[in-house]
Amino acid sequence: MIAIVDYRAGNLVSVKKAVDRLGFPCAITSDPAVVERAEKVIVPGVGHFAVTSTLDETGLRAAIAGAIERQTPFFGICVGMQWMFDSSEEAPGACGLGVFPGQCTHFPPEVKAPHVGWNQLEVEGESSLLRGVASGAFVYFTHSYRAPLVAGTVARCDYGGAFSAAVERGHLFGAQFHPEKSGDVGLTILGNFCRL
Amino acid sequence: MLTKRIIACLDVDAGRVVKGVRFLDLRDAGDPAELAAAHSRAGADEIVLLDISATHQNRATLLDAVRRAARELFVPFTVGGGIRSLEDAAAVFDAGADKISINSAALADPTLITRIGERYGSQAVIVAVDAKRLPDGNGARWEVRSAGGRKPTGRDALEWVREAESRGAGEFLLTSMDRDGTGIGFDCELTAAVVGATSIPVIASGGAGGAQHFVTVFREGRADAALAASIFHFGLNSVAELKQELRAAGIPVRWPC
Repeated sequence: MIAIVDYRAGNLVSVKKAVDRLGFPCAITSDPAVVERAEKVIVPGVGHFAVTSTLDETGLRAAIAGAIERQTPFFGICVGMQWMFDSSEEAPGACGLGVFPGQCTHFPPEVKAPHVGWNQLEVEGESSLLRGVASGAFVYFTHSYRAPLVAGTVARCDYGGAFSAAVERGHLFGAQFHPEKSGDVGLTILGNFCRL
Repeated sequence: MLTKRIIACLDVDAGRVVKGVRFLDLRDAGDPAELAAAHSRAGADEIVLLDISATHQNRATLLDAVRRAARELFVPFTVGGGIRSLEDAAAVFDAGADKISINSAALADPTLITRIGERYGSQAVIVAVDAKRLPDGNGARWEVRSAGGRKPTGRDALEWVREAESRGAGEFLLTSMDRDGTGIGFDCELTAAVVGATSIPVIASGGAGGAQHFVTVFREGRADAALAASIFHFGLNSVAELKQELRAAGIPVRWPC
């Protein structure tokens, strides 16, 4: 079973719907015990980085950290991916998972923020998450903060400079865009994770 | 490159699509779920479902249509019409919408924008603005209308979008009441004025009569997206055809899609 972690960071129906469509059993949950037992964990999330502190307060952070330690595949989406980094300018007091180094920063003033709409991926190197996805593929973004390029960046996107659109390290995956809202390309990516 | 979005809009009354129903190869051209899926396949970057009946008794019918449409959609899906409270919005989100659009209710109580945004994120809150040009005085000005464009509010459109943005709106759906239904083109002056007054995305609506009008509203109006409500009434068969024309004109669009 795939646990879709609910920490009151927006609407998770779309993520569940996409996983359902791909034919994998999944459940939206805010119960740490369910997360601990899950075969895979997805942390979606929209809105403010500060909302990730809910994960600390509810015991979900410990459950997720434990799952990651046991090599449970993990997929962070949007704010869920930013949470995999050390921190974000958006909420300097909130502490990310730190599985990727660095701080998420606001878009520079030269470009409109939020970055909303369909933009292209520049796929870099080998990636299990992006198998079957070519450079130039369009995916749907909506965010005002962006993660830096790191050694684990498997796709970059250019908007006011390059940022990490997808990251990957071993069994840990992240996407800044919304695979559940990115048409066939998005379903391919979500399917790659679900089939791991 | 960030592309310009083409958004297909379905006007729904009592659970049936009442505008833009001419579409090839559909078993039931009036079914919102089937039309939404068809538009998505044809390249629409987003789908908007607008409940134009918005009466209390039709709410269950609408939610059923949203649920069925959402099942087939893996692109952003917005639902508007008749959302007056956080509870109304929650019901629509639970049925599978990604964003909601509010208009009169936001004018009556702007805190609604903030309350929905705090629960679902600003990106999920589209504030629809119906603007009507005021008689020429010192430069162009537009007044906001409510109740489907029928009711003058006395509010300046640019002042209202600034307030709505500060209260947490994620995007604007801007309709020119002067151009809506005319087919003579978008009001690019209005669109550019609103784009200049805010930093969030602006979806232009009202007046499209051909592909060239989209080119103009993206270039001169600086719109981030445009609503293709009656695209099938002006000789284009699909969003794909419109996008091909935009590409030929050098407008960045998601293609292939």
